Formats: sequence, structure tokens, C-alpha cells
Amino acid sequence: MSTILQQTSRGFYCPQGDFYVDPSRPVDRAIVTHAHTDHARWGSRLYLAARSSEHLLRMRMSADAEFQFANYGETISVGGVQVSFHPAGHILGSAQIRLEYRGRIEVVTGDYKLGSDATCESWQPLRCHLLITESTFGLPVYRWPKQTSVFESINQWWRENRSQEQCSVLYGYAVGKSQRIIAGLDPSLGPIFCHGAVEKGNEAYRQTGVSLPPTIHTSHAEKSQRWAGAMVVAVPSAHGTPWLKRFGKISTAMASGWMAIRGSRRRRSFDRGFVLSDHVDWPSLLSSVDACEPETIWVTHGYSAVVARYLRQAGRDAISLDRWQRSVDHEEDGGTEKSDEEKSE
Amino acid sequence: MKRFSQLYKRLDSTTRTNVKIQAMTQYFGSADPADAAWAIYFLSGEKLRRLIPTKLLRQWAAEEAKIPAWLFDESYSSVGDLAETISLVVPEQESETTGSLSAWVEERLKPIQNMDEKQQRKVVTDIWHQNPAEVRFVILKLITGAFRVGVSKRLVTRALAEHTGICAEVIAHRLMGTWSPTPESFLRLSNPDINDAVISQPYPFCLAHSINRDSTPESLGNTNDFAAEWKWDGIRAQLIQRNSEIFLWSRGEELMENRWPEIEEAASLLPTGTVLDGEILATKPDGTVLPFSQLQRRINRKKVGRKLLHEVPVVFHAFDLLEEDGNDLRSLRWRQRREKLETLMSQVTNPHLKITELIPAHSWADWTEIRTLSRERHSEGLMLKRIDAAYDVGRIRGTWWKWKVDPYTIDAVLIYAQKGHGKRSSLYSDYTFAVWKEDELVPFAKAYSGLTNAELREVDRFVRRNTKEAFGPVRSVQPELVMELAFEGLQASTRHKSGIATRFPRINRWRHDKAAKDANTLGDVLDLLPGPSAGGGP
Ligand SMILES: [Zn+2]
Repeated sequence: MSTILQQTSRGFYCPQGDFYVDPSRPVDRAIVTHAHTDHARWGSRLYLAARSSEHLLRMRMSADAEFQFANYGETISVGGVQVSFHPAGHILGSAQIRLEYRGRIEVVTGDYKLGSDATCESWQPLRCHLLITESTFGLPVYRWPKQTSVFESINQWWRENRSQEQCSVLYGYAVGKSQRIIAGLDPSLGPIFCHGAVEKGNEAYRQTGVSLPPTIHTSHAEKSQRWAGAMVVAVPSAHGTPWLKRFGKISTAMASGWMAIRGSRRRRSFDRGFVLSDHVDWPSLLSSVDACEPETIWVTHGYSAVVARYLRQAGRDAISLDRWQRSVDHEEDGGTEKSDEEKSE
Repeated sequence: MKRFSQLYKRLDSTTRTNVKIQAMTQYFGSADPADAAWAIYFLSGEKLRRLIPTKLLRQWAAEEAKIPAWLFDESYSSVGDLAETISLVVPEQESETTGSLSAWVEERLKPIQNMDEKQQRKVVTDIWHQNPAEVRFVILKLITGAFRVGVSKRLVTRALAEHTGICAEVIAHRLMGTWSPTPESFLRLSNPDINDAVISQPYPFCLAHSINRDSTPESLGNTNDFAAEWKWDGIRAQLIQRNSEIFLWSRGEELMENRWPEIEEAASLLPTGTVLDGEILATKPDGTVLPFSQLQRRINRKKVGRKLLHEVPVVFHAFDLLEEDGNDLRSLRWRQRREKLETLMSQVTNPHLKITELIPAHSWADWTEIRTLSRERHSEGLMLKRIDAAYDVGRIRGTWWKWKVDPYTIDAVLIYAQKGHGKRSSLYSDYTFAVWKEDELVPFAKAYSGLTNAELREVDRFVRRNTKEAFGPVRSVQPELVMELAFEGLQASTRHKSGIATRFPRINRWRHDKAAKDANTLGDVLDLLPGPSAGGGP
């Protein structure tokens, strides 16, 4: 039986509906899973996406792009293919794309995670024939700790820094991770400042109706601002740059799934690393596959060869779509590590 | 055990020396002596005998995690650390670690070596299930003998000094030899009565200042007021013989045990109550001094093999006598001490212990001429010593002068690296170096020549493993490597952050013997700037 989606050099293509899902290059019609730049790329004529990603997408795309939005669960017919968006739990407005054509169902997860997140709707399983899943953290060493305990330790770290008259600088990806962090911070501990890119993301979240504790753009801070005791949420690329000088004595931390590995903490010399990811870890990747009961699984974006091999040994029909496997040794090139982070968050 | 693993975590998550010392000091301050004794054991690099083959650990971990062996191996190669991989893949259960470090080592870990495989597996998997991931990670490090956390014996010594309030030399003395991890040893270590250790104590070293290239030695005064010796490029050391015990101290206040066995042996010929100041140099039997690169081969060896002993023989070149018959001679004039030194050394016959040669002259012109021979003798120039001066402590100016052929040298820390061009385009071979300005490392020179190919490859490996950040082609690295840089010239400059422009910087040598904190300061560099009078600097 032929599939609804085909893998092409521009991404997943649906010949029946003549559209792409998360295309890597400009196309006529693009369905996008979420607003991260490696999924929603510039230059296509028309974008179709989940309603709750509207503000984020408009913030990131050029003004002359054309958009069409659908609510979660609402079905749109494109060339006879029934297209619908379902929560992926990754960031605000992130969606799994469900396609149905002549009784066959295929699902593209995009980036996703299981469990609750105060800033977006939770992932839900979709029964399907073909599941196309990401595998950014598809190794059994990745098992996320409970998010409540992660937020507790973040707030505890903030408290300790405050008592030592230090400013806390916490790095997270500008859209998604940062807002999830901010929602988990305890605003009674002190003021929360944000790097410009993060503050832009906050605005889009608030416009969509997500409530976040009050935040201040760092460049709108008073000249006399005392930074000791404050929290600054910033993008990782600010680490080690002169931009940090203004904050005086600081303690730095990174929130990312990569922080589960001691080597990635040490290499970038953050004072602390918090394990907080918006992707599925090993156990939840396996349980989501079980819940969707697919006949076939295509694994992409990450440790795809490892995950596909494991699933095959467990009796499933699975293949890896990445022509290249993520370099196992991401120590060899520091540059790769950084781009991994940007790509995957 | 919980507290020990917290200590591990604190040490592991910082590169700052002071934070490490503080973490250890706090640990020693609240640990039971039995635990503190074991902590010293592990922190100074001692290991338990290999308890279980790693092959078995890998197999058990894969089975506990319910994953195939190949998947465990994939995980291991991604993480790069066996103990960490195991503690990550074996599912964590709600658990709380109980028991002290010493109880853990003595009652749970050491008995493992006498068990059969089945019992071993039971004990080890119980450990995995009964402890949170970060504690079992540290326990696994102890089991696999791979406990390394970036502290040296010297740092442990400093932390213990801080904790006990006893000076570091005494602690170093008490830590000599094999450390037996018992509460008694720890109590002995912190005993405030320091008479036992007095016999090992060195004196503070007298330091020399540099004569600036642009000033003339005539400005120092009359030649008759000075004695001259060759300025050697070796390891400054004090050699002590008291009560038939031998102690050899480096200028970094490090007790160099077993590193220079031929010198320690020669020192046993000295009468008791003798302290010599001198320089350790690689020297051929005919007296020719070998270049520093030869000595370098021996510097970081804790134990020296027979081959190396033969290839790089060393000699302690004594140039001062600080103690005779247990009497402190430091207030005597240099010429009086020299006389006593000559008398003493004439009674000692050993090829590894020699007195330095004095270079006679009638005028500055004589010394100026002799000094031009320095390079071919592997010497850095001349040392000038005021003959009527006492042995000074610290940096009092004017008693000892370094009159180097190449006066512009600075020990700096490598902070950025970039790939080179042409043949070196695959290696990180272009470096930026920094010196200290208070707590901060300020970049002040770029250099890309002077290392051997083998050294280049070693630095390249270091850069890849210790990258902090990549800005385009440039990587910032952990500030750990210290190199001696030489310059054709230095100039004040407002365009440079450091305030100094360097002319033709090159790497003279890799200072394996120095840690980042031992590098020079911006003040030292500024001292080298041409000025009206003789400039300072180590
Ligand atoms: Zn994403």
C-alpha cells in the first residue's frame, strides 16, 4: 500500500493534497508542526498551522506570508486529504499533524513530549497506520526527572544565589523553553528579567492567553537596578559574552535535556545544569509508540537509527529516515553541540 | 556517603580553585575522621583494588535496564563514561542513601573482591536500586577505580591546611608516603602540635628581579659589589637534610617526593641540619647542562623509570646555604654563606650534587662579553648577587638580579585557540594567551610557534576536550595550560585591552610545572616595559 506522505529532499510531501509538512526549503503550501525555526522555515507562500501558534508564527515569519489556522481537532480537507492538528505538548501551538485519506491514517509528531506543561496543551495519542516520530533524545540514558522537582531545584538555586548577593542567569531557548521556565519560577523570590529574544516570545505567549509571571526586558531596567538577587532568563548564546557584564556577580545555569550528561554540562562550563526538556525521553518515546499502535514507524530527527533498530528487535516495522546518524561523539566538534541544541529545542 | 557524593558534585561542577578548596574544607570540617580519612585517600588519587571486571558491570547494567548489549554500548559511546552510563540507564527508584563513606568502603565495597560472581551481582544491583542516580554514580566511580575529580594532592593539602589551621608545609609533610585511610591518620594529620613536621620545613625563597633590556647593569653599581653565576633554566628547589630525612621542595611549596631519587640519595651525604638552595638541572656526566625540554620529560613523573634515569640524569646545583648544623644562616652576608657552602660541598662527592660556578670579572665589560655565550650553554644569562646582602625573603629589590639574554618572557595562560593554516590546518595551533589582572584573565598576546609537533597534538587534544564556547572558528578553552612566551619587544598601547602591544611573541616552552594561578600578572608584564630604571618581574 502506498503512503500518504513521501520523504523528499524538501521534507515530507503529500502528492494527493500537494502540500509539504515542515518543509526544509520554500514551497507553495506548507503545513507546520510548530514555530521553531527548524520546522517553520521562511519563504513558503502559504502556511497552515494550529490556531494557538498564530502569534508565535507571525512573530517569526515575514509580513507577506499567508497563513491559515485551524483549531486543535478541527478537520480541513486539502485535495481530498483530511488534515487535522492535535496537541504535541512541545511548545505553545505545537501540533501533531494527522492525515487521513481513504481510510488510512498517518501522523507526524513534530517535536513532542509527554506530561503536563503549564504553557501548552498536553500531547495526546493518535491511533494511526504510520507514525513519524522524532528521536532527539532516543537513548536509554535520557530519562527526565519530574518537572516539579526540577522547578524546585531551579527556585532553590535562585534562592541560594540571592542569599549570596548574586544574580541568577538561566539559559533556555528563546521560544518555548524560556516561557516554560518562567511559568515555573517563584516570582516572590525577586524580579524576573528577560533577554530581548525571550521577552518577544513572552509577548506572543501572553497574546495567546498563556499567563506568565511579570517579566521585564533587560534593556528596560532602571539605571539604578540592583541585579543581586534578580533572575535573568537569557538565550544560551549569551553565555560568556560581554552582555553579561552589567549583571555583576552572577551564577549561570542551563536548562536543557542535554544537561542530563555530565560532559555537556562541563564542556560549556555553566555553574549548574537543569534537566528540563520539551522532547520525549526514552521511556516516553516507547510508550507513545505503544499508545499509537502504528503498523509502521518512521524515525527521524536524532538517534533515529538506534531507535529504529530497537523497535525492529521489539517486533515492530520501523525504519530510520535520517541519511546521517547524529554523530555519536558530539565531543569532537563543539560547534555541532551548539547547533544540536538550537535544532532540537 | 551522601555527603561525599555532594562533595564530588561540587568539585566536579567548578573549575575555580577557591571553590574547590572551600568545598573540601567544608567537607573536612563536618566529616567524621574515618570518613575524612577515606576522602583524602580518594581525592589524592588512590584507588581501591579493581573489584569487578567492567565487562560484567556492563552486562548487568544492560540486563537491569532491560536493553540489549548493543544499545548499552551505543549509550556508553555517547556518554563517554562507564559509571555515568550505568547510573543513567538503570532505572532510578525512590531511594535514600544511608551509611557513611567509611562504612560503605569497608563494609560494602571492599568485601566485594572476595565474593563469587553471583554474590557480586546481588550486591552491585542492590546498590543500584537502593541509591539515587547521583550517589550511585560516585559509588560506581569508586568501584571501577575511575574516581577523578580534578583536584591535585596540592589542593587537598591546601584544603586540609585551611581546615586544621596548620600550615600547608606541615600538612604536606604529614601526607608524605602512603596514606593509610584510618581515623588515627586523620587525627594525626590535624594534630596542632607541629614539632613532628618542623624538620621538613623549607624557608621562603629569595626571589630575583630582572634587569630591563634597555637599562645597563652599570646602574646597579660597582662590579666589586657583585658575584655572578650562570642563570639556569631548571627547577628552583630547596634540599633539606634533617635527622637523616631528606626533603626536596619546589618553589611552589610542593614537596617533590620520589621524583628526583638520585638527588635525594646524594643528599644523604650531607650532614644533618643542612638546607641548600639551588636549581635542579638535567646535566650530562661531563657537566654539560641539557636544555629544559629534556628536564621536562621528568617533571610530571611521580615515579621515574630506569630508562629515563639514564637518559636524563639530573644534578642539584647548589648556590646557597641557608642552614648549617641546624642554624639559620640567612642573616649572614652572601659571601659568608658562600664560603661555608664551598667548605661543605668540598666534603661531598657525588655527581648529582654540585656547587655552582662563579664567574670572575674585573669590569661590567667582562660579564657583558661572557653573557653573550649564554645561549650555547643553555643558560638564560647571568645572575648577579650582591655579596654583602642577607638572604632576603619575598621580593625585596636589589639583592639578586637576573640579567637575561632574552628578558621578555612571561608565563601566560592559554584561553583561546584557533586552527592553523597549511600543514597545521587540522590542528588547533594558533593561540591567545592571557595574564592575571586581579581575578580576571586578560588576553595580551597571540602566538603560534615554538611548540614541537608532539606538543601541538597534545594541545590540540586538550582544546577539543576542554572547549567552553565556540565563536566561529575560535574556541575558548578552560584556562589550564601555562606557556612561557618570549617577545622581541613590548610597548604600551591604548588599542589593546591589556594596555600592552607585544612584538613577535613566540612560545618558549610549555610550563607543565605551573598551574593557571601561577601564571604572571599584568603587573609583571607592565614591569617589563622599558623604563628609566631596572624593571622587576620574576
Ligand atoms: Zn521544536
